[in-house]
Amino acid sequence: MITFDDVVKVYPGGSTAVDHVSLELPTGKMTVLVGPSGCGKTTSLRMINRMISPTSGRVLIDGKDIADQDEALLRRGIGYVIQHAGLFPHRTVLDNVATVPVLLGKTRREARTAALGLLERVGLTEEFAKRYPAQLSGGQQQRVGVARALAADPPIMLMDEPFSAVDPVVREGLHREFLRLQQDLGKTIAMVTHDIDEAIKLGDVVAIFRQGGKLAQVGTPQELLTAPADDFVAEFVGRDRGIRSLSFDSAAELPVGELPADLVLDEAGRPLGWKSAGGVTPTGGTFTTSDSLRLVTDLAISSPVGTAVRVNAEGAADGVVRHHDLADYLATRRAAS
Amino acid sequence: MNLDYLFDAAHWDFSTGSIPQLIVSHLWYVFLALLIGLVIALPVGLYIGHTGRGSFIAINAGNAGRSLPTLGLLMLMVTLLGLGLLPVLIALTVLVIPPILTSAYAGLRTLDPGVVDAAKGVGMRPMQVLFRVELPMALPVLMSGFRSAALQVVATATVAAAVGLGGLGRLLIDGLAVNDYSRVLAGAIVVAVLAVLLDLVLALAQRWIVSPGLRASK
Repeated sequence: MITFDDVVKVYPGGSTAVDHVSLELPTGKMTVLVGPSGCGKTTSLRMINRMISPTSGRVLIDGKDIADQDEALLRRGIGYVIQHAGLFPHRTVLDNVATVPVLLGKTRREARTAALGLLERVGLTEEFAKRYPAQLSGGQQQRVGVARALAADPPIMLMDEPFSAVDPVVREGLHREFLRLQQDLGKTIAMVTHDIDEAIKLGDVVAIFRQGGKLAQVGTPQELLTAPADDFVAEFVGRDRGIRSLSFDSAAELPVGELPADLVLDEAGRPLGWKSAGGVTPTGGTFTTSDSLRLVTDLAISSPVGTAVRVNAEGAADGVVRHHDLADYLATRRAAS
Repeated sequence: MNLDYLFDAAHWDFSTGSIPQLIVSHLWYVFLALLIGLVIALPVGLYIGHTGRGSFIAINAGNAGRSLPTLGLLMLMVTLLGLGLLPVLIALTVLVIPPILTSAYAGLRTLDPGVVDAAKGVGMRPMQVLFRVELPMALPVLMSGFRSAALQVVATATVAAAVGLGGLGRLLIDGLAVNDYSRVLAGAIVVAVLAVLLDLVLALAQRWIVSPGLRASK
């Protein structure tokens, strides 16, 4: 667990970057620090590995004040991923990944062997090992950055806007892979972003900072969406937070209707589309019981006939949901809660 | 004016005052001046570049050093210290310090701050940051400063002859003294060829010591 105990950071010149922040980052979870620029989120993150030292207050890791620990040794035990990756351009991808194990006293050979395994872990093939950072795309560089941070298997990872320098499509893919990786590894992660959608998607806990380095609210994504503490948080999490909070609701309980006659199926019962004057219009997507209500809503709205199609594990259609079914379900659910 | 002196085989044996012998003594002055310059300017330049402290020294020392006339400085040193190798080396070292100092400083100051931040962030100590990250990354800039210092000192080491020492300046000064322009021309040509060859050797050395990652592109 990482603990901020009444931490203040005032820069020379008098500007307050972090203003009496107390915060706990639970072990094995991903905590996202988010807020507008100049809210102190990056300063807070960089105080965890002593890249910045607090003016007053303490930062503790598992109850131990980090101010008492050797700076370099502390940092070697904390993975560090930054925007644009910050790879060493004069070292090969493999040697970049091997950096921390070598600092910790592993031989270069051992460190390189382990580094090869890590490259695979972050989705890069062995052929990247001998390349230099300048020969990689932004997304690939960021993967190497993550591999470098993971190389010494640190229990804690700090990530400073790790995905902001890549295009939205690549970012989407990195998010997916990162969530899967985190599921395996269960690191204690602190991540900074200015993108609230990213925070809500990735964070187990989200800490929203406001201008002037104050904490506005800390909670699970769902708490922030459904019960924002004040207008600032409500505004910051966005106007469509009602729709977005549906991401956390499972479609498992949602009642479905029988398959209508104008839904065209193949021999295996898989939906092909809707009968229309010109032939068959594709459904535009289907959902299963493990998807979220947000997806179902989206499918119902974008469907040419206002109907979302549910499929079973084999891909065969087993029910449909119409606009009004969805509205009724949400209304009953609200009445029940 | 002709090339007789240059192509006269008698001037290419290894006797005293022969062209090969003058080249060797010339290169010896060049080597010593570069070595002393490097020992003085590199640590200072790296310190200033790494810490950002005293950057006015790097900039002003560079400019001041460049504007000092080497011959004048040499005469001053001879007046103060008497004849010998020392005044020559001081005059030449003053010439090589500015480009090495400024390029070491500039090489470090222009590095991507994100990379240096990452180096600290992964747990390198200050000296590890300097020698494992900053210095290797600054090598291309540093090498170009060193090459320009080497070129200048090869050309200027001819002043050694003005105070009675050897080096290729002998051909210029002795040739002028006896109106033997063929000898002067030989000296000028050998100095020019030497400068080009030295730069070529340093360019090869640069290829060898600078990481391919720093010139790699997609």
